[in-house]
Amino acid sequence: MISSLPTRRDEEWRYAPAEVLAGLKALPEAQQIAVEAGATHPVYKCVSTGAASKVDIQRYQIDIAEGARCEAFFLLTGGGYKRLDIDVTLAEGAHFELGAVGIGRGEEVTEIVTRLRHVAPNATSNQVMRGLAMDHATLTMIGRIDVAKDAQKTDAALGAKGLLLDRTATINAKPELEIYADDVKCAHGCAIGQLDEMALFYAQQRGLPMAEARNLLMQAFVAEAYDAIGDTQWRDHMTGYAESALRGTF
Amino acid sequence: MLQINNLHATVGDKPILKGLTLSLNAGRSMRLWGPMARGNRRWAMCFPGRPGYEVTEGSVTFTPPPRHPVLDTGLGSSSGARDESQASHQVRGDVDLLSLDPHERAAAGLFLGFQYPVEIPGVSNVQFLREALNAQRKHRGEPPLSGGEFLKLARTQADAMGMDMEMLKRPVNVGFSGGEKKRNEMVQMGIIDPALAILDETDSGLDIDALRVVGDGINRIMRAPHKAVLLITHYQRLLDYVKPDFVHVLDGGRITRTGGPELALELEREGYKELAA
Repeated sequence: MISSLPTRRDEEWRYAPAEVLAGLKALPEAQQIAVEAGATHPVYKCVSTGAASKVDIQRYQIDIAEGARCEAFFLLTGGGYKRLDIDVTLAEGAHFELGAVGIGRGEEVTEIVTRLRHVAPNATSNQVMRGLAMDHATLTMIGRIDVAKDAQKTDAALGAKGLLLDRTATINAKPELEIYADDVKCAHGCAIGQLDEMALFYAQQRGLPMAEARNLLMQAFVAEAYDAIGDTQWRDHMTGYAESALRGTF
Repeated sequence: MLQINNLHATVGDKPILKGLTLSLNAGRSMRLWGPMARGNRRWAMCFPGRPGYEVTEGSVTFTPPPRHPVLDTGLGSSSGARDESQASHQVRGDVDLLSLDPHERAAAGLFLGFQYPVEIPGVSNVQFLREALNAQRKHRGEPPLSGGEFLKLARTQADAMGMDMEMLKRPVNVGFSGGEKKRNEMVQMGIIDPALAILDETDSGLDIDALRVVGDGINRIMRAPHKAVLLITHYQRLLDYVKPDFVHVLDGGRITRTGGPELALELEREGYKELAA
């Protein structure tokens, strides 16, 4: 764990605003989640700082025991600097599922940073990150996956996609893999793009005004992060929150 | 219903239409035929208003039938689309099509069948079409269809085109074969029920069976006294199913020849070159 305060020389903090780092007195305590063997632990969380001047760093330390699952879904939106920092250790046969959406507008800075430690064999993980940035917002998605020497048959997937809605917005996406085992699957993908113009036009030709067509495509983009939510009520909640965040009415 | 006058259009700085003049009356189906790759490609995109397709000269006047009045009653503009307030087209009768936004053209009754229907991951056909149809209805001052009403309509149209309802629940065109996409275009046309359909090479990439299904779809949905169809194609084969009242040959951005259905057969026999000579 980080004992001293982070600086921009730390890879995971290199995109954080200097003034936020300068103002840090201490990192907030990480929330500890220990998932017992065979159990399933869901996490649903919306992070919004409210005021533009505020800083909200949410840290999680998650330990998933043998054969257990942790399914964590987040929405980060609104306000000033928001950071979701998740450190996960997976025991044998464990599974970690992440769906994280960041929506930034104005001058907001949003960061989604994960570190997965596959330390034992047969563990699986799937991370879906979706970032959407408007105006002058900055959004960063960093996913690091460590696969230890003994963690054979690890199956890890990380997909980070960003949608830039204005020329002035910034999205950083970075998968980092460190693999020491030789029989593993680690799929990672990063893509940053714009709304598909042809799809927008197609929707308009069928009758949707531009603003609604854009909204429909943005909703579809973020909804991918919540596809894996098994509890339909929670899936509806999370997609609903994301929709209101997109409309700026969260 | 549609009056195109001396239409000039460009994509980038490339001219694609150089003085197209054409009129299409309700109850008619018309067919435009042109050699491939001679500047004819995708000019149909001028009519729905695709960005990048710039009309530099001429006019397009659309006269929707009474079933599709283009009027914004001002009702229902309290919520939803922000740009709805600009749509104060208190128009009855003739509409200057080129002055409208793409979605307003759709609400006025114009449907464009895409040669390459677009895939929209994450948005189901049902959601997409319901939102699109209700946006059109709202624009026309009609009440929205409820979920149940819409599903009934969608099921009827899907059945008529031999499309499984399950496919309508899947994301728009994602993973659909070429034939399925075209079939889906027809299902959409059936649900939206436009006054004027411009079908841009709807017959490309279809096998004989799909061609018949699509042809039947066009006849079933669009053969009505108050509707009209403009088919754009390079081939005769779709015309075995959809009989045109008029055939025009478009070459070099303007119409070079006009005739009845026999012209299509002549073209198929002789080729364009002979006719152009």
